[in-house]
Amino acid sequence: MSDKRPDLKDVNERMRGLMARTTHGRDDFEDLVIVPLFAVVVALVFGALIMLATAVDLPTIGRSFVALAVGSVGSLSAWSETLTASIPLVLAGLGLGLGFRAGLFNIGAEGQLLMGGLAAVVAGFTLSGLPWIIHLPVTLLIGALVGALYAAIAGFLKATTGAHEVISTIMLNLISYRLLDWLLRQPFIQREGRSDPISKDVPPSAELPRILDFIDVNLRLHAGIFVMLAAVALVYWMLFRSKIGFAFRASGENPSAANYAGMNAAFVIVLAMGTAGALAGLAGATQVTGVLGRASPGFSAGIGFDAIAVALLGRSHPIGILFAGILFGALEAGGRQMQVDAGVSIDLIGIIQALIIIFIAAPLLVRAIFPWGFRKRGKKAGEA
Amino acid sequence: MSDTTTTGAEKRAEKLDSASSRRARIMGGVLIALALLVLFALDVAPGESATFRLTTPRDAIQMSPLVVPGGPFNMIAAALLAFLGVRQFLKGGTRWTNISLGIGLAILVMAFLVWATAGKSFSLTGMLQATMVRAVPIALGGLAGVLSERVAVVNIAIEGMLLAGAFAGALVGSLLGGWVGMFAAILTGGCFGLLLAALVVTYRMDQIIAGVVINLFVLGVTSYVSSQVFSEYRFLNNAPTFRAFKIPLLGDIPVIGPMLFNQNLFVYGALILVAVSTYYLFHTKNGLRARAVGEHPRAADTLGIDVYRTRYIHVTLAGMVAGFGGAWFTLGSVGRFDENMTNGRGYIGLAAMIFGRWHPVGALSAALIFGFADSIQQKLALLNTPIPSEFLSMAPYIATIIVVAGLIGRSKPPAANGSPYVKE
Repeated sequence: MSDKRPDLKDVNERMRGLMARTTHGRDDFEDLVIVPLFAVVVALVFGALIMLATAVDLPTIGRSFVALAVGSVGSLSAWSETLTASIPLVLAGLGLGLGFRAGLFNIGAEGQLLMGGLAAVVAGFTLSGLPWIIHLPVTLLIGALVGALYAAIAGFLKATTGAHEVISTIMLNLISYRLLDWLLRQPFIQREGRSDPISKDVPPSAELPRILDFIDVNLRLHAGIFVMLAAVALVYWMLFRSKIGFAFRASGENPSAANYAGMNAAFVIVLAMGTAGALAGLAGATQVTGVLGRASPGFSAGIGFDAIAVALLGRSHPIGILFAGILFGALEAGGRQMQVDAGVSIDLIGIIQALIIIFIAAPLLVRAIFPWGFRKRGKKAGEA
Repeated sequence: MSDTTTTGAEKRAEKLDSASSRRARIMGGVLIALALLVLFALDVAPGESATFRLTTPRDAIQMSPLVVPGGPFNMIAAALLAFLGVRQFLKGGTRWTNISLGIGLAILVMAFLVWATAGKSFSLTGMLQATMVRAVPIALGGLAGVLSERVAVVNIAIEGMLLAGAFAGALVGSLLGGWVGMFAAILTGGCFGLLLAALVVTYRMDQIIAGVVINLFVLGVTSYVSSQVFSEYRFLNNAPTFRAFKIPLLGDIPVIGPMLFNQNLFVYGALILVAVSTYYLFHTKNGLRARAVGEHPRAADTLGIDVYRTRYIHVTLAGMVAGFGGAWFTLGSVGRFDENMTNGRGYIGLAAMIFGRWHPVGALSAALIFGFADSIQQKLALLNTPIPSEFLSMAPYIATIIVVAGLIGRSKPPAANGSPYVKE
C-alpha cells in the first residue's frame, strides 16, 4: 500500500521530524491534556445518556457514578483493585503502542496474551520445585517468549508475503481461543479429576507475591506492578534512546524512507511484532501468576482489546500508556462496583471506553464539539 | 543492511520480484506440506469407500449417490498436490501461484471429505445448502468492504455493522415484525456507515482506528443492552424469522436447486445485491466515478467529482449492505440476539473481499469457500471424525490466513485505499 515513490525531500523532512526533540508548546498541551480530559468527560456524559435511554432512572445513574468513583479510587482496597487491573492493560498496551510506533496495527494482543498466559501456567507447574527466585522469572519469561513467538507469526507473514497484520492478528486471536480450549483438555495441562477445560494451579513459588497483604490479606495488588514499571522504563528507553527504537519509529513514519536509510524493513517488522507479543505475553503471565493462579477458557477477559484503547489513549507513549492504563484499570474496578451497587451492567464501561478512543483519535471532532479551550483552527488543524 | 546509491529504482524492482518469487516458493512449500498431510494423515483403510448422497428421498428428482473409493482417490489427490507444489517450488514463478493455491485447497478439501466419510454416507447437498446459508453474512460483509474500499475507505467496521444490524433486526423485529426489523437493520447499518464516513472523511481520523472503535462501540452497546434490558424483558428479543421458500421448477433441480433456489430472503438478497453492485460499479457512470475516487481522488476532484460526497454515499451504502447481512444472524436464522454473535464474521468478510480482489463476484466466491469451511465443521461432527472439534472450527481462520498471505501480492487494492483526502 505504501509504494509511493519516496523523493529525497520527503525523506529528509521525515527524518528531521523524527530527530527533532518534542517541543512543549501550547499544541502539545492541548493534545496531551485537554483532548484526553474532554474525551473522558464527554464519554461519561454519553454513558449517562445511554443509561437514560435504557430506562435507568436518575437516582440509579447518580448512584452508579458514585460507585464508579468509590470503586476505583475511594479507598485503599479500591486503589489496589485499580492498580491490579491496570497491570496487564499497561503491559499489553506498551506492546501495542510500540507496534503503532513501528506502523503495525496489531489487534492480536488478546491471542498473544492467552498463549503467553497459558505457557506461563504450564511452565509454572512443570518446573515446580525450583526456588522462587529462579522459578518466578523463568515462568514470566516463558510467557513473554511464547507471546512473542505467537505474534511473530503475523510479523513474519507481513514481512515475507505482505499479509496485512490486522487480518492475520484477528485470525490468530480467533485461533487462539480454540487452541486454548483444546489445550486445556489435554491430560498434562488439565487439572486432575476435572472434565471441564481448566488447568492445574500455578505453584506458590511461581506466584507473584501480593505486596499489600501485610495491611489486609484481601488486597490483591501483586508484585506485577514492579514488572509493569520496569517495562514502562524499558520501552521508553527502547523507543527513544536505542538504535532499534529509532528504526521502529522511522519505519512507522515512512517505511520507504526507512528502507532507503538502510533499515531492514522485514527485520524491523518481525522484531516489532515480536516485542509487542512479548509484552502481551508478559501481561498474560502476570495475570495468571498474580491474580488468577490458573488458566481457564477466555481468561484474558478482553484485556487485549482494552489494551488497544489504552495504547491509543496514551498516544503510543510509554508514560501516556501508564496513565491511560491506570485510568482504564480504574474504570474496570469502578465498573465492577457499579454493577454490584447500582445493578448497571459492566458492559457500559466498554461503551465509555470506545467513546473515549473516538474522541482521542479524532481531535478535530473534540474541537468541533468544544470550540472553546482550543486555539483558533490555525496551522495545527491544517496539518493534522 | 544494504547501501543504496543511484540504482534505487532497479533495486526496488528486483526486490519486488524476489519478494513475489519468495511468496511463490513459500506457497510451493505449503502445497508440498499439504500433499504429505493428505498422504499420511488422511490415509483411508483399504477397500473403504465414501458415499455422498445427492438427493433426499423427498425430492422430486432422484439421483443415485456418488460412491468414491477412498484409498485410490486420496493417493491421486496427494500426487496432484505434490505435483503442484514441486512445480511451484522449482519454477518459483508467480503467474500460477494463485491458481495452484486455489486448486490445491480444493483438492485438500475433497480429500478431507473422502477421508472423513470413508465407510459412511454423507449428504453432499445438505452441506452445499448450509454452505450457501453460511456464506451469506460473509458475502454481504465482503460486499460492504468492496463498496467502501472502492472509494478508498478501509472498512474494518464491517464486524460492528453486522453486529448492529443483527441487534436492530432482533429488537425491532420482535416489536414490529420481520420486515420492519429488516429495514431497521439496514438503517442501523447505514447509520454506522455514515458515522464511519464522518469520522474518516470529515474528521480525518485514522481509518483503521475508526473501524476498530466502531466495532468496540457496537460490541459495548449491544452487550450492554442485551444484559441490561433483554435479560429482563425477553419479549424484546424474540423476533420472527424469514423461512426458506422454494422457487418453482428451479428449486427441483438436483443439488443446485436446494443450494440456490430453496433458501430464505437473505440468500436471494445477497445474490441480487452482488449482481446489482457488480453492474453498478463496472457498467455505470456513477460506478466509474466511484472507482476513480478510490484510485486517484485528486484527479477525480479535478474532473468535478465531489470526492467527499462520493465517499459519504458509498460508505453509507456499505453500512446498509452490512446491516442487511447482520439481520441474517437474527431474522435469518435464530430470531434471537446473543452477545457478540457475529463472532469475527465481519473480518472474514474483509478477507473474502481481499481474496475476491475487491470485486463483488470475487467476494461472493470467496465467501462461499469460507461458508464451506464453516459448514463442514458442523456436518463433520455428525461423522465422528477423530479430529477435535476445536481444530475443525479453526479451519476457516487458518484458511483466511493462508489466503491473505498467499494472495495479497497478486490482488491490488484501490490505489488511494486508506488515505484521507484533503481538498485544496
